[in-house]
Amino acid sequence: MNPKLTRRRFIKGVIASGAAATSTTIWYAANGADRPAGYVERLIRINVNGQVRSVDVAPQETLASTLRYKLGLTGTKLGCNRGECGACTVLVNDIPSYACSVLTHSVKAARIETVEGLESPNGDLHPVQQAFVEELSPQCGYCTPGQIMAAVGLLRANPNPTREEARQGLAGNICRCGSYDSYLDGVMRAAQIG
Amino acid sequence: MAYMHIGKDFVPPDVAGKVTGRIKYAEDYSREGMVYARLLTSPIPHARVVSIDASAALAMDGVFGILTADDVYPDGEPGGTGLKILTNEPTLVGEPILALAAVDEKTAESAIAAISVTFERLPFVLDPLDSLAEGGPDAYTGGNTFVFREGFASEKWSRDQVASFRAGAEPTAEPQQQFAYGDLEAAFAQSAFVYEGSFTTAGYPHMSMEPRSAMAYWENGKLYLHGTSQSLTGLAVDMAGIVGVPQEDFVFINEATGGGFGQRARAGSIPSMAIPAKLSQKINRPVMMRISREEEFTIGGARQGFQGWLKCGFKADGTMAALDIYIISDNGGKGGGGDAFAAADCISILYQTEAMRFRGTAIGSNTGHRGAQRGPGQNQIAPIIAPILDKAAAELGIDRLAIRLLNTPQNGDVGGPQRQPLTSAYMPEALQQGAALFNYQERITRSRQRNGSKVTGIGVGQGYHNAGRSGMDGIVRLMPDGRLAVHNGVGNLGTYSYASTSRAAAEVLQMPWERVDVITGRTDRNLPVTSPQDGSNSIFTNTRTNWGAAQDLLAKMKEIAAMDLGGAPADYTVGGERIYKISDSSTGMTFAQIAQRGLQLGGKFTGEAEVPEDLNDFTKLSVSRLAGSALMGIFHDSRHNNNPPGFTVTFTEIELDTETGKYDIVDMVTIGECGTVMHPQGLKNQLVGGAVWGIGLSGYERHLYDPQNGLPASTGYWQSKVPTILDTPAKIRTGWVDLPDPENPVGARGIGEPAMGAVSAALTAAISDALDGHLFNASPITADMILNHLAGVTSEAVPLAQNNFRG
Ligand code: FES
Ligand code: FES
Repeated sequence: MNPKLTRRRFIKGVIASGAAATSTTIWYAANGADRPAGYVERLIRINVNGQVRSVDVAPQETLASTLRYKLGLTGTKLGCNRGECGACTVLVNDIPSYACSVLTHSVKAARIETVEGLESPNGDLHPVQQAFVEELSPQCGYCTPGQIMAAVGLLRANPNPTREEARQGLAGNICRCGSYDSYLDGVMRAAQIG
Repeated sequence: MAYMHIGKDFVPPDVAGKVTGRIKYAEDYSREGMVYARLLTSPIPHARVVSIDASAALAMDGVFGILTADDVYPDGEPGGTGLKILTNEPTLVGEPILALAAVDEKTAESAIAAISVTFERLPFVLDPLDSLAEGGPDAYTGGNTFVFREGFASEKWSRDQVASFRAGAEPTAEPQQQFAYGDLEAAFAQSAFVYEGSFTTAGYPHMSMEPRSAMAYWENGKLYLHGTSQSLTGLAVDMAGIVGVPQEDFVFINEATGGGFGQRARAGSIPSMAIPAKLSQKINRPVMMRISREEEFTIGGARQGFQGWLKCGFKADGTMAALDIYIISDNGGKGGGGDAFAAADCISILYQTEAMRFRGTAIGSNTGHRGAQRGPGQNQIAPIIAPILDKAAAELGIDRLAIRLLNTPQNGDVGGPQRQPLTSAYMPEALQQGAALFNYQERITRSRQRNGSKVTGIGVGQGYHNAGRSGMDGIVRLMPDGRLAVHNGVGNLGTYSYASTSRAAAEVLQMPWERVDVITGRTDRNLPVTSPQDGSNSIFTNTRTNWGAAQDLLAKMKEIAAMDLGGAPADYTVGGERIYKISDSSTGMTFAQIAQRGLQLGGKFTGEAEVPEDLNDFTKLSVSRLAGSALMGIFHDSRHNNNPPGFTVTFTEIELDTETGKYDIVDMVTIGECGTVMHPQGLKNQLVGGAVWGIGLSGYERHLYDPQNGLPASTGYWQSKVPTILDTPAKIRTGWVDLPDPENPVGARGIGEPAMGAVSAALTAAISDALDGHLFNASPITADMILNHLAGVTSEAVPLAQNNFRG
């Protein structure tokens, strides 16, 4: 077993991270021998939504997997798991990024933001969330967290986009329900709410 | 009519969960002790499983068990076509053969790789016409088609017959299905312009954004299934049957669904949800089955493709006098779909064709399984007919809007093979409204104008789908605290109709929306049965049931008020969360008081007696569980009369680049004609969402299979091109007619499906316009087809290919 990762320390880390103690993580913890030969630090710390979270991360693990299945942040969705749809969009240092196509180990030093981190501490919705409610932008809602994170990233870089600029900003996010028009209305309203 | 709720925007209760990420889809749940299932799927398009050796896999650490077709069908697999839970005779690549559960997905994948399956290869076919030709392979073991109540059959034409059809001639073989009305021969004889030609429309996958993952566990003999569905109770009742569990022991949990588009309406189209249920039962652990995008492609369904021929006659004044249409529809690997019939029915209604003959035959291919996809049939034919209508208009010297106004349905019209009356139809109004918003008279003057390599095309399209059912149930409760609970079995796939139809009940009781709780999301919340939520029917169907249940509640409230406060029930009305005497508003009771009084009285007031006998079984179960909890309104909806239609009209201007074959949509106006508008924002979303689907149908979407090995070549979003935001206009302008339908208590009908047809029709018409009236007779019309045409690389006859590139 990884000498730096005792079972006790691992479980403590998982509890500290607030993750659901799924059978997967417990099984990994109890079966250190299964770890790949060649040592890679697995218990890493990542900054998610302003909190530093300790989490056990496999070498090939994607950020989407870590967020969803280790940290319980299921707001980040998987539509394709191969960089085609944008449902998994999160912000990495303010840049919208496909969490399915980013290795968690590569963002150890980064600031990661997910849809769960947008509300203010008193529960107020972020202007983009508020605008998406007012414009009824989501249909099925499965692409919505990704659209929101893309929109937040866009508005941080360009607080007053034209509709065309907003359209380009959301171009990496597919909506199979075809709610693009309503998402664009939402982004333009969010820019006004600011 | 002045309504309190109908026609007004509101915030549906689930929107906050959607923008915060809190709402849960099936894959977002976990359960203590949960293990993970992976699928072993067929690598070949048609085969028989000879043997399965899973011994090495089962001996691996962390593996809990496997589930095979022999486990789920101990008495043999069901006969006929249709998706199965698991199968020993796959008829398409990707069909699930077995499932394996392990401690995590990596272990499950490794274990699956250690399973040895011996397949016997069977003949396969990808193009229905190849199967139809004498000596051609059949997609299924029993033949290439399945005849209702008769079983498998092998439909064969002579090779000459197939070749002549491929070359564009009228098919001469007997069809499986046909209808006719009017004197076709006489109608053609009266026609001043007759068009004849063949056409194709492509099959393509639904590709809902949420893959159909599911999680199941058993507790105290009950099955809890977290799944995905567009119908909730409409699907759950049959899913209990597929799993083999009594309805009362089955809890289906489905707060939100990441898209359905027809493929998650009925249990039969998503039997894969039974896999974690059965596996969990077998290994006695919660099982999560995550479905990948590739798996969603292969088991997620597809639209039927058409290979057809038609002949259409127009009188000198532009009246569509005659239509003769013959369609070979692609039934894919698992059969299913009545799209061809629906396509013909649509033309009959949308253009009020005076005489008509439809002939159709459905043939299997070893490709994605087919089933309903947004406007199945109606939407494939809409983009084929629109440019033909424009050709007729040009030949006869009639304006393109005028020829549509002449042929369009209106109040009092009939349609389809039964010549069934429409409940109402305000299409002339919709066309005029759209023309005014689009500024058609000015815009049409820009038709075919050139600007360098760009040329302008103008298109007008119409869409239709029947948009309402009846015969379902409603349950509402007035709670002791005076709140109204509307139990709604409608699925939550993004239309918000579960909420907007609940407002019909709030309307009856004049109840503020913030005092209404919509009870939905899981079947143990005691929901009524609704129809499968397909066919654009929810708005019509469930405003009827909720309105009816609320009326039943109101009648009971009036009866109690008259009993306690004097007078007759008719002396009372409601408002301000009170029931009071019309003649003396100070004599009355609050809603909380009357709910409490109802509880004291019990019996029929609380669902403990005099429950309507004709309720569906699952509704009876829900009512029995709720009995005695509140003052209840219960309703079984009787059947409505005639055909409630959903109509749309679209006007568009495109700029087609003759150098690239691509086009920009410069403007698009789309108008809904769906009776009284229930929820303007929801309607706008259906119109713009349908528009994006229409853009995909006419310009991009098709699936592809490798002809040599039958492998799908388009399992991702990238290869099965779904429109992105950049393929759609920066603004789609919407509007609606908003005139009431007499067969619905608030006048409403559905819209989801026709929203797509009109847009696809307008776009193919605009493309044809930009290319001087050239008819591709196909959907999609891709950039390479446009470039080939411009380069003179074109054939008069459409090659009629299916599931691969044309030609
Ligand atoms: S899930 Fe990451 S791009 Fe689709
Ligand atoms: S709202 Fe359904 S995929 Fe975008």
